Amino acid sequence: MSSNAERTTPRLKSDSVKISGFAKALRTYSLQIGIVFVAIFIWFLFLLGSPRTFLAGNIYVSFMSTTPFFALIALPLTLIIIIGEMDLSFPSTMALGMMAFDVVFVGTGSVILGFIACLVAGAVVGYLNGIIVVKIGIPSLVATIGTQFLWRGVVMVVTNGQGLGMTKVQDTFLYPLFVGRIGGVVPAQFAWTIAVGIALWILLNRTRFGAHVYLTGDNIESARLMGVNVNRTKILSFTIVGVAAAFAGFVVSEEVLFFWPTLGDGYMMNTLAAVFLGGTSAYGGTGTIFGTFVACFIIGAINAGIVAAGLTGFWTSVIYGLIIVISVSLQAMLNKRIK
Amino acid sequence: MDYFLQMKNVSKTFGEVSALHDVNFEIGTNEIVGLLGDNGAGKSTMVKIMTGYHHPDPGGELYVKGKKSNHLTVPEARKQGIEIVYQERALADKQSLWRNIFLGRELSNKWGFLDIKKMRGETLKLMDTVMGFTSSAITPDSAVKTFSGGERQGVAITRALYFMAELIILDEPTMGLSLSETKKCLDFVNQIKCEGKSCIFIDHNIFHVYPICDRIVVLDRGTIAGQYMKDELTLPELIDKLYLVAHTGSLTDKNGCAEDAGKDGGNT
Repeated sequence: MSSNAERTTPRLKSDSVKISGFAKALRTYSLQIGIVFVAIFIWFLFLLGSPRTFLAGNIYVSFMSTTPFFALIALPLTLIIIIGEMDLSFPSTMALGMMAFDVVFVGTGSVILGFIACLVAGAVVGYLNGIIVVKIGIPSLVATIGTQFLWRGVVMVVTNGQGLGMTKVQDTFLYPLFVGRIGGVVPAQFAWTIAVGIALWILLNRTRFGAHVYLTGDNIESARLMGVNVNRTKILSFTIVGVAAAFAGFVVSEEVLFFWPTLGDGYMMNTLAAVFLGGTSAYGGTGTIFGTFVACFIIGAINAGIVAAGLTGFWTSVIYGLIIVISVSLQAMLNKRIK
Repeated sequence: MDYFLQMKNVSKTFGEVSALHDVNFEIGTNEIVGLLGDNGAGKSTMVKIMTGYHHPDPGGELYVKGKKSNHLTVPEARKQGIEIVYQERALADKQSLWRNIFLGRELSNKWGFLDIKKMRGETLKLMDTVMGFTSSAITPDSAVKTFSGGERQGVAITRALYFMAELIILDEPTMGLSLSETKKCLDFVNQIKCEGKSCIFIDHNIFHVYPICDRIVVLDRGTIAGQYMKDELTLPELIDKLYLVAHTGSLTDKNGCAEDAGKDGGNT
């Protein structure tokens, strides 16, 4: 009897250690686990609501094709929100990058040079956002509303409101590289979104720059006192978003084979909704790339779900607005409870 | 004389506000200096110049280990072995303990990626040996916002100690601490002395400062009003002098004080 008791005690102990380890992991990754459950829940909802749409494979190929357009921006935008800033200029940056492509492509006839010009333009615009926010000291929310209008205006003036056919791009390797279909099914932009997500995850979680993004967003004064170069960290983050927005603009234009000077309009809401739904705090200091990644596809599914459910497209704006308000409110309430 | 750090004719103005005016200050190797002064006397500004956070107005000179330092930055000051525990602790609340210990000095491997395993391990070791965190609720991954005032202070002090500082500056470290936590903090200053390192200790409470210091420097309205070796005066005398400074802004109209201040001033 007694030996029996002795034998069971250590086993109980190791069990409890295991459970506490499990509970700890649960607490650490609660937001990520939460967002996955939200995704599954919404998927079930749509599956029940319109099984014909959501049981077909087409809808998922369509997700993988269109969600990357804003996911490619939402992923790096997560960095800006974590750092405690905001960037509202990315829709115009998408168009400005393509304007640079337009000018260089028409001038030189080279698609490659045009693509490089597109990325460089995005980097310059992002860098300028950073400089205005950090060096001149204007709140990023206001500064990027300004640059949003500025760059859209520049695009309209330079292109004279005229679009550009992109069929020439189809002949270059850039077309299959960015918007081809892998194995004839999976859109290449989906693979690129995963690649960008992994690269940003490593940048945010495994480099000093990423550590400084979290620290700056959490307590900028502490970061400064402890020698973190907060200005450089912010400027670099804005630059990354600029490049990503220009790249996304290129991918969108390639997919539809036309550059509209209004490119980027309609991307503001779903991009921001994805970042906030993904659990990134509007107060800065916390947030994950994984959360944003999953949230992007929830947002993409909601768009399809609304149409499949027979509601008019006008509803999407209502739903996205609600998602932003509710997820930000939830974070505020959680924040208060922890304090 | 062998000084660890020396300030010569250092002034600091913020816009039109003059926070420091023509300050001459020095701290020797293995010396504990108590820095006293009323709110707004310029104590924090003075130590922030020593850590490279603020830069002195043109004309002021800063010497570290006898070498002139023209444009001291925070990383540069750290390389020289100057560490500070700030009044406001300088912690990032939502981040984990290990991220706070290595704030601004994250360890990375040869590929340039963070060495998280090592930072966690070091933090765990420090929790055991230095911080004395025994609660099983605290792990290297715990967010700092859940800690008590004393625990937070422990994190800030441990951080300074871990990086092999030669001069540790404590800016009002006992603020908001319980009695036993205060004692632990004062023990820590004694430990600095024993290890042959230097310390500048800023506190409002002279009963904390007096017993552990070698020298006391009184700062008033941006200038050094007087400095005394501890064995030159008793605690009640010091209290009298502090009252006098607070009321008149100078120590010179009391017998003996002008002489002391003059003598030490001549050393610089």
